[in-house]
Amino acid sequence: MTIAASATKKKGRSKAGPGLWKRLRVDYAKHKWIYWMMVPVMIYYIVFLYFPMAGQVIAFQDYRPAKGILGSDWVGLENFIDFFKSPFAFRTIRNTIMISLFEILVGFPAPIILALLLNEVRCKPFKSVAQTVSYLPHFVSLVVACGIVVDFVASDGLITHFLSLFGFETQNLLSNKVSYIVVYVLSGIWKNIGWGSIIYLATLAGVDQSLYEAAAIDGAGRFQQIRHITFPALIPIISIQLIMRIGQMMSMGAEKTILLYSPVVFETADTIASYVYRVGIQEQSYSLATAVGMFNSVINLSLVYFANWFSRKYVKESLW
Amino acid sequence: MKIKRTKGEVVFDAAVYVIIALISLACLYPMLYVLFASLSDPVEIMFHSGGLLWPLGFSLEGYKAVIEKPDVWSGYGNTLFYVIVGTVLNMVMTTIGAYALSRREFMLKKPLTMMIVFTMYFTGGTIPNFLLIRNLGLLDTRWALIFPVAIGTWNLLVMRTAFASVPAALEEAALIDGANDLQILTRVILPVSKATLAVIFLFYAVGHWNSWFNALMYLPRSRDLFPLQLILREVLISNAEVAAGDGVDFLGESIKYATIIVSTVPILCIYPFVQKYFVKGVMMGSVKG
Repeated sequence: MTIAASATKKKGRSKAGPGLWKRLRVDYAKHKWIYWMMVPVMIYYIVFLYFPMAGQVIAFQDYRPAKGILGSDWVGLENFIDFFKSPFAFRTIRNTIMISLFEILVGFPAPIILALLLNEVRCKPFKSVAQTVSYLPHFVSLVVACGIVVDFVASDGLITHFLSLFGFETQNLLSNKVSYIVVYVLSGIWKNIGWGSIIYLATLAGVDQSLYEAAAIDGAGRFQQIRHITFPALIPIISIQLIMRIGQMMSMGAEKTILLYSPVVFETADTIASYVYRVGIQEQSYSLATAVGMFNSVINLSLVYFANWFSRKYVKESLW
Repeated sequence: MKIKRTKGEVVFDAAVYVIIALISLACLYPMLYVLFASLSDPVEIMFHSGGLLWPLGFSLEGYKAVIEKPDVWSGYGNTLFYVIVGTVLNMVMTTIGAYALSRREFMLKKPLTMMIVFTMYFTGGTIPNFLLIRNLGLLDTRWALIFPVAIGTWNLLVMRTAFASVPAALEEAALIDGANDLQILTRVILPVSKATLAVIFLFYAVGHWNSWFNALMYLPRSRDLFPLQLILREVLISNAEVAAGDGVDFLGESIKYATIIVSTVPILCIYPFVQKYFVKGVMMGSVKG
């Protein structure tokens, strides 16, 4: 007993087999409650997360619900080949990458700029009102936010009308292949600019204020203070956020796309996730949709892994 | 010590204030516009284009139509069910999981944590999830919106970190009194972790309130179980084309705006009071789990 217990403490991994079993029993006797608490939690993870992971084998089958996973025919890589031969492969992968890239290029710097600006505000009430107001769109549900967007950019909508004053053509902006993407990206910024700035503002709150006084005495203007004090303080957090964002590039969700797109703009709007939804849920081609989803999640996993590796190596920060 | 501002600095400050004011306006005005439009005269608002600084005329017709819509009420009721039952289950599951994983002496802590963290990076995907729900017989039941999201891994890890940071000295007194793990959790850990619990609670509740995609997939034939957000989607987005072909529905626009207000008001009412907890939550999440 005592030997087993002390082995537990030392985390001795050398003895597997009966030793491990015995140590587990001792540990269980000591922490019954902990084991029983973990039971429902692990049931949840196994049933709702690991079963579907295993369920991805239907990507290699011609899955028929009536036959089940065990009874369906195996088709090897046929579903993957079908996808890559179809025109949808190029279109959905290109659109996913393109929209993500725009979101990174335009959407990523937006909260940083807002944080830098807010950091320059000396009037406390103004600052806190501005912050509260800018968090607001984050709390509006995605359905309502997209509903507002759809209404504003319709052919008689507020934004369309406003743009027409500057000579733009009056049209539904979500029915145009180019403006769809602009609306998609800008509405994302609208929803997240305030919320995204929190993390940068918190970092700036930790900057030593005497640095600014010293710089001012040395004759540095406000721009120079931002350039040489504020911005450098943000660089570590910006780097890790950026790397992680790039790691998530291919994991664009389907929800917003499904709310905003329509067949007229599929050419530029259809992404991998929305395609999986349409083919899988609406057309019920389960195997093909699973294959596409699996391809996407393997790419995701490798991107995240690579981003993390890069971050650990060059920024000395990582997720794991 | 006050340094006198130069002319350049005054311009700089003015520019900063103006830009921030514009950003704030862009975040606030859409909601104000919807509010004004919802209170406007239905016919006037239908033919109006451009901005609104106050309601055009005044009418509560839109609200009346919304209140008379049975869908909105059943959606509200269903959403309340999902929020309350779902969040309670979330809190119980997350708390026990976080407690177990925060125990340093728990032998399986490492392998189980790794197993859980792995699911943040690799998942089965839309279709295998859907087929699982169908094979479990959960399709078209309320539980399809509750069980699959019983735990948010991110929240679990945040809570685990919070529990692990409770000083061991607090637990020792209870241990000496012969308390078991359940008693330590409920009498020592939970009372000192109230702030974290509040944050996680809010994250879960808002998540349920805003969720619609699972309902779209898992309730294909159960309109009576639809949460509010799915009803909203019909009113605001999918019906846009249908309504146009439906002949003249002069209340259409007003109903849209009134629905947005009716469904968003609860969130906006509690928002000022809970905002600081959310902000706190962002900071907790940014501490490596």
